[in-house]
Amino acid sequence: MTRAARLLLTAFWTFVLASHAPCARAEGRVTVGSKAFPESWVLAEALAHVLRSEGVADVAHRNNLGGTEIVYQALRAGGVDVYPEYTGTIAQVILHRATSATLDEMRGALSKEGIGVSDPLGFNDSYALAVTPRVHERYRLETIGDLGRHPELRLGLTHEFLGRPDGWPGLVRHYGLSMPHVLGIQHELAYTALESGRIDVTDIYTTDAEIERLHLHVLRDDRGFFPRYEAVWLYRLDLERREPRALDAMRRLAGRIDEARMIRANARVVLGHRSYGEAADSLLAEALARGPQRSGAPGATMWGAMLRNTGQHVKLVLLSLLVAVLVGIPLGVLAARSAWLGSAILSVTGLLQTIPSLALLAALIPLFGIGVVPALIALFLYSLLPIVRNTYVGLTTLPSPLEEAAAGIGLSPRAQLFRVRLPMASPAIMAGIKTSAVINVGTATLAALIGAGGLGEPILSGIQLRQGSLILQGAVPAALLALLVQRLFDLVDRAAIPQGLRLPPPGR
Amino acid sequence: MADAAGIEIQDVLKTYDGVRAVDIDRLRVEPRSTLALIGPSGCGKSTLLRLVVGLLAPDRGTIRIDGTPMGPGSRLALQRRMGYVIQEGGLFPHLTARENVVLVARDLGWPEARIQARIQELLELTQIPPEILERFPTQISGGQRQRVALMRALLLDPDVLLMDEPFTALDPMIRSDLQRELKEVFDRLRKAVLFVTHDMAEAAFISGEIAIMNRGSILQRGSFRELVRNPATPFVTEFIRAQRPLEAPDQSPT
Repeated sequence: MTRAARLLLTAFWTFVLASHAPCARAEGRVTVGSKAFPESWVLAEALAHVLRSEGVADVAHRNNLGGTEIVYQALRAGGVDVYPEYTGTIAQVILHRATSATLDEMRGALSKEGIGVSDPLGFNDSYALAVTPRVHERYRLETIGDLGRHPELRLGLTHEFLGRPDGWPGLVRHYGLSMPHVLGIQHELAYTALESGRIDVTDIYTTDAEIERLHLHVLRDDRGFFPRYEAVWLYRLDLERREPRALDAMRRLAGRIDEARMIRANARVVLGHRSYGEAADSLLAEALARGPQRSGAPGATMWGAMLRNTGQHVKLVLLSLLVAVLVGIPLGVLAARSAWLGSAILSVTGLLQTIPSLALLAALIPLFGIGVVPALIALFLYSLLPIVRNTYVGLTTLPSPLEEAAAGIGLSPRAQLFRVRLPMASPAIMAGIKTSAVINVGTATLAALIGAGGLGEPILSGIQLRQGSLILQGAVPAALLALLVQRLFDLVDRAAIPQGLRLPPPGR
Repeated sequence: MADAAGIEIQDVLKTYDGVRAVDIDRLRVEPRSTLALIGPSGCGKSTLLRLVVGLLAPDRGTIRIDGTPMGPGSRLALQRRMGYVIQEGGLFPHLTARENVVLVARDLGWPEARIQARIQELLELTQIPPEILERFPTQISGGQRQRVALMRALLLDPDVLLMDEPFTALDPMIRSDLQRELKEVFDRLRKAVLFVTHDMAEAAFISGEIAIMNRGSILQRGSFRELVRNPATPFVTEFIRAQRPLEAPDQSPT
């Protein structure tokens, strides 16, 4: 999203909701955040365990908070107090600096934002490029530079890697590569694609469990392009005052987790299908030489989790839809009133629809934090267009004799609208609401990216863990929900559309 | 004192993209009289009716209803002193016939008893079977729809009635019944009626006075007999001749 679009959106919401306090930051409460990949979950969960064992009363772990942009914005806004990050990412993505920046330089720059950087945890999780043994042998690839000799190779690279200056664009310049076959792909899907031979090369993290499992060959960075990605904690400086035990916990973990321990912990989650709570426990047992402890998160049954996620999903869909109906119909009425107002309203609602969902979520976090509120706002914005447009079309396409009768028989403007035009337009309006509802059921799966829960949670986790059954636990209820919504609205139609408009057309 | 009631059109011009749709120096419909306005399609008669109802504003000139000039401020009040029947009735399909009839009275906040009493009066006047009122417009015949539309127009007991080709879409038998009924209603109620049609036989039957309109202007006004005997322009002659064959066969046994 461009800077201008983000400013526009910010201005819009500042205008709409004149004041909004992000999340209340209570005493004795620590929220640990993590990005949407297993290593981040395990580290965050490990910190949460240490905090709980040190007696911090209210420790929450919000996982799956999208990428750097989303979780960092959540940290600044106060929705998250601490999360694991990597030095290379801090320098490049957050501070827009050279990766040679030292830890002290980063601390100096981030302290102005109220953010602190802990001492390194002890491992380097850098980017690297990897190939399967088959590709390795066939093309005799040892270093990244060797790729230049084989422009026919198919690369499947993660979107973040493709977009980062310390990722693909920088790598291409540094090595003078020219590879015509580059596709963007999600990290976990990249392994599946690699395994099945659909792509030849992908970007990996040096602590990925898959390196072991697939016997991947990691290409040597012989010209020293990739910076160090030391794992550290990014935390809000106000923690020092609010909950000093959180800083103690970070200090205890400093230097205790090396690459081997991290790869093992990742493998337990990704390959051993253990929960990340268990993996965090095992990691802590190795790192702090402490005995296994009861993990904080109670293990929920599959059905219980499904029910909870579905309930949350329904809540997100219905609430956002309700607000969209309450705002969208009046906007449609307004749009039908004058030509210029109509084109202005329809353009703005249309424009909203084109904002990519991740970009919209990232833009909402500085204003509303993470969790249910920004998710509802995003869903609301995406629901507007079908409702506004259908209301507008319904009102402006009344048959002309009826238009004339409405305006000519002495009805007040109010009665014209409420007794004639809106009831006449109700089939179109209901169709718009139904469209929004069904789309919403799908879009709401993205709410999990900013910690709002819902059926996106098992889907996201399932993709990360390559567990089809987990994906289905989200996808199947979502599909059933979409069908149910369709059915439900057929019933709502009976109440909302006047009987006279539901009669079969008269035979002439 | 001059009788200012009825419809009074004075020096009214309405153009669309420079083309004159209506250009009338003076036209009056006296209280308690019926004027049939006739002309070919596109002659401006529907535009004239929209000007009278206030759905369009003239480029210049004034239209008075019962002496009050039509304008944005007076439009709603004046509309409630006029009954307006549109081609094919203009009944709202989402409302039953009864709801259509009482729509404006509800909007005005009439008490239920008054509405009921008025409906009883109108049922007698228009001879509509009461059960028709409970049906939706798509469930009743075209003729009944026009009767209901007339009922809706008469509900507020207006001084002025405007009818825009109300019977055009009906088949000839029903049409002739309705024409007879309507003439009786007009004779009983004695309102100022502006009846727009393109059918000379209908115009002659409904009203003693006919105004012929073409290209936005009134060419001649008079009884059917006067129009036939002293046509003011060649167009009047042409127009009447074109309609004549409809009333020709008078040799048939009765």
